[in-house]
Amino acid sequence: MSLIATLGRMEAVRAGQAQPAATVCHRRLSARPLVFVPLTTAGEAGAPLGALVGTDPDAPRLLVVAQPRDRDLRFAFLAELADVVLPYIDGFAADVEAAERTETDPETGKRIKVEAELCADAPQLIVPSRAGIDFVRLLGRSMRFRRTAEQDPETPYPAPPRVPLLGRWLTHFGERARVPGSSLLLALTDVLGLHWTTGQSSLEDQHLGALLAWIAPPDGLSGARAALRAELARGADDQLLCPPAGPATDPAFDNRLLAPAIERYDRARTALAAAEDGLEADDRLGDLTNAEKAVRDLVESRTLPTWQAVWRGLDLLRELPEGAHVADRWTRDRWSFTAHRDRVAAGEPPQPRRDDAVTAANKLASREREQARLDAQEALDDPLVMAGRRLAGEAFAGEVVDVVMAYSESKRPSPRPLITVRTADRPHLGERAKVYRSLDGRPQTAEFVGTQDAGDDAVLVLRIVDKMGRGKEPEAGSVPERGDRLCFTLFEHDQRGGAKLPDPEHTPWTHGGPPGEEAAVAETADPVTEEDVL
Amino acid sequence: MTVGTAEDADGLSPHGEAPGAAHGAADAFDPGAAAGRATDAILRDTLHGTARGVVVDSPPGAGKSTLVVRAALELAAAGRPLMVVAQTNAQVDDLVQRLAEKEPGLPVGRLHSSDADPYDKALDDLPQVRKSAKAADLAGLPVVISTAAKWAHVSVDEPWRHAIVDEAYQMRSDALLAVAGLFERALFVGDPGQLDPFAIVGSEQWAGLSYDPSASAVSTLLAHNPDLPQHRLPVSWRLPATAAPLVSHAFYPFTPFRSGTGHGDRSLAFAVPSDGSGPDRVIDEAAASGWGLLELPARHTPRTDPEAVRAVAAVVRRLLDRGGATTSERAPEAAPLTADRIAVGTAHRDQAAAVRAALAALGVTEVVVDTANRLQGREYDVTVVLHPLSGRPDATAFHLETGRLCVLASRHRHACIVICRAGVSDLLDDHPSTEPVQLGVTVKFPDGWEANHAVLAHLAEHRVPWQP
Repeated sequence: MSLIATLGRMEAVRAGQAQPAATVCHRRLSARPLVFVPLTTAGEAGAPLGALVGTDPDAPRLLVVAQPRDRDLRFAFLAELADVVLPYIDGFAADVEAAERTETDPETGKRIKVEAELCADAPQLIVPSRAGIDFVRLLGRSMRFRRTAEQDPETPYPAPPRVPLLGRWLTHFGERARVPGSSLLLALTDVLGLHWTTGQSSLEDQHLGALLAWIAPPDGLSGARAALRAELARGADDQLLCPPAGPATDPAFDNRLLAPAIERYDRARTALAAAEDGLEADDRLGDLTNAEKAVRDLVESRTLPTWQAVWRGLDLLRELPEGAHVADRWTRDRWSFTAHRDRVAAGEPPQPRRDDAVTAANKLASREREQARLDAQEALDDPLVMAGRRLAGEAFAGEVVDVVMAYSESKRPSPRPLITVRTADRPHLGERAKVYRSLDGRPQTAEFVGTQDAGDDAVLVLRIVDKMGRGKEPEAGSVPERGDRLCFTLFEHDQRGGAKLPDPEHTPWTHGGPPGEEAAVAETADPVTEEDVL
Repeated sequence: MTVGTAEDADGLSPHGEAPGAAHGAADAFDPGAAAGRATDAILRDTLHGTARGVVVDSPPGAGKSTLVVRAALELAAAGRPLMVVAQTNAQVDDLVQRLAEKEPGLPVGRLHSSDADPYDKALDDLPQVRKSAKAADLAGLPVVISTAAKWAHVSVDEPWRHAIVDEAYQMRSDALLAVAGLFERALFVGDPGQLDPFAIVGSEQWAGLSYDPSASAVSTLLAHNPDLPQHRLPVSWRLPATAAPLVSHAFYPFTPFRSGTGHGDRSLAFAVPSDGSGPDRVIDEAAASGWGLLELPARHTPRTDPEAVRAVAAVVRRLLDRGGATTSERAPEAAPLTADRIAVGTAHRDQAAAVRAALAALGVTEVVVDTANRLQGREYDVTVVLHPLSGRPDATAFHLETGRLCVLASRHRHACIVICRAGVSDLLDDHPSTEPVQLGVTVKFPDGWEANHAVLAHLAEHRVPWQP
């Protein structure tokens, strides 16, 4: 944890309320996000119990699996989910704008610009917490290799149409969420935690109710008390007043309410199947409907508070203006969305179960670049984030107290002005360290020359080395003037592209060599196991 | 463990016994001969073997660089075009200088980046070294050296016949993927006990895959080529007899190594007697025993603990002021302990910066202060270490990492002085390792928790409590 985060937490404890950690919103918040509040069944991985899903805060769609172990009901749930999610995604696929993309020309090997379509906007999935992102990934993995009756008429237990497609999209969202700074799939607790510092640990911040209690405590309560209440307070029925944001449910709910309701549903179903005549069946159908409704009501009662909390959290975030670089990063999300749209349209197979060596290395390298870029952009967009970097000695702000013109000692001398900056910060400057400032959005580099002692403040001499034009005299406005207040960073503002890795077909011997012929065949569906037909 | 003798102590098998690991064989152990046999076997496999790769594990100061230089010269002499991959520019420049020193007639290519000041200016004085930012300019030279990052941007029609990959355990698997197409066969050299490579983003999704891009190059290489010959250098020439047993026991429990020197071979003495202060007492303890622990009162502090930082600076200042002199097997007459023979090691960069500032306030500017990552591969007479867990309320995986402590505790030829807050062993007991176990990932032994305890237990015997 950074020093400023520690200070922020202590201040939050003293103030009894979360303290701002940002002055702008660092993630894109779509005007029409799809909020997804899933619940899962205890004891079985990837068995959904139900969900609230939708784009209208006042009209969530409730999906419930009354008997979570029943595969038919589970598929019905997934098909229903696909009916909500896929039209939402498709709604963004058609609206495109012309854009340019750099590609490698297969003949010359050169980088060339090609015309391409770019979706004007992209869908955005919001889940309450980080565990929700894992659940999205798990659902994606469980669905994308399924085969529908149309794809594979021979296979038993075919998946309903569109379920494998939903699996591919959820996989894409889940994978994209691993890219630092992306906004296609967001966990609300993460986004809130980025913008507010609470007086509790970051582990406790993953409880949406407690986190919101710190950020906006109810009248008369301190954040700490409100958070404690959100975490622990139980009503007369011994149930949590603020149910966990899921997907896991509270054991007291599972044992006392959910299990009996599901049992009742099972009994009603068995009774219906054993009905001997129409009249009896009608009766028992009524029982079954009532039993099913009871489970639905239970699921709704546990998801609705979270659903409302998510929208409340989004409203809080929307009060912040958007950071300057957020649109840039959202454009990359749109590229990612467009590219997957094209892969689906082109009939390509689902994402493989495991990345090959080259794909894995490419992903890791690009995510590391994105992380470094994100760290720099958040600081440049937000003085409060920059304050944290300044406190850590990674940046400094100060006033220019002197500017001396100087030139490089080459045949064609270029301007190398020396500027003196007085700062109260304590940057960790090494010999000839490079520092950067933003000059009209582009980084200008300076070199650390030396330091003069000046009591409490540091007086630093820097030599500006670029972005002054080609002439002997620097372009107007490219050299700071005395009295200017500037902020220099020790970290670079942008990231260079990494090295080009070999194509997967040319994987070297150190990494297992080229893939064999079996790799060319698309991966088959998951085999049906005994567990699948319990 | 069976008793090793000089005869079976060839140090060649990764699973074999350490040369002279048992006390009974100490008299018969000839470190020079054991190291020589290991080197000969490595060169035999490299020059005449059939495997595409040879892996050499080297404990701290075991002559890894010497081996790389020798292998490079023999490959060049055999007429095999050679590329050398190192991890940092400093390592590359160092290798170029060593090659030039050993074989002034050999043309060497230094491939560098197109940044400003891409290489050490000292290379400009070496006429046989050709420097360029383009690989094509260096084509045809018997040896071309660069960093892995620069090699990754090179593409060739005809791969090099041979490569040497230095510090291969600090190279990430994805970095090897980017350069492996450039060579046909390679000698991989590195120290498995030092810091593992790291990624700044999560990489759990690939954990357990043989080609996990965030793993070390050697683990990927061996996962795909388990039959490659593996060798081990058995003798540390850097670590003194007082340090080798502890470092070997704490960090290399299954592949022990020996010190190349005996207990009487080196000495550290000071002209100015102790003034009785904490820094002076710990300096005397370290001079006598090789280790010193200056223990500050227990306290939770920020990373740049001002008292601990001041204590580090005070110890360094006194080391310089007391007129230290070292004698060693290299030179029988005493050499003065100068600022360039002392280093300070920390876990974090802000700690290093704080120590630098504190030293500057005491008028010390020549002493190297750096993090464990950057001290890897370097050697000094005396090191002063700010313990990674000093003053911390928690023990995270970063601070527990075995390699970090191993690097900090194995840079010295004479003595190592550790500055630490009291209570670290309680802290360790409160924080057992809680990293999730990943399927398919080889568990590394020893874990940082155990290694930290082993080092602390040893340091406790050389403890000097001090109230700053």
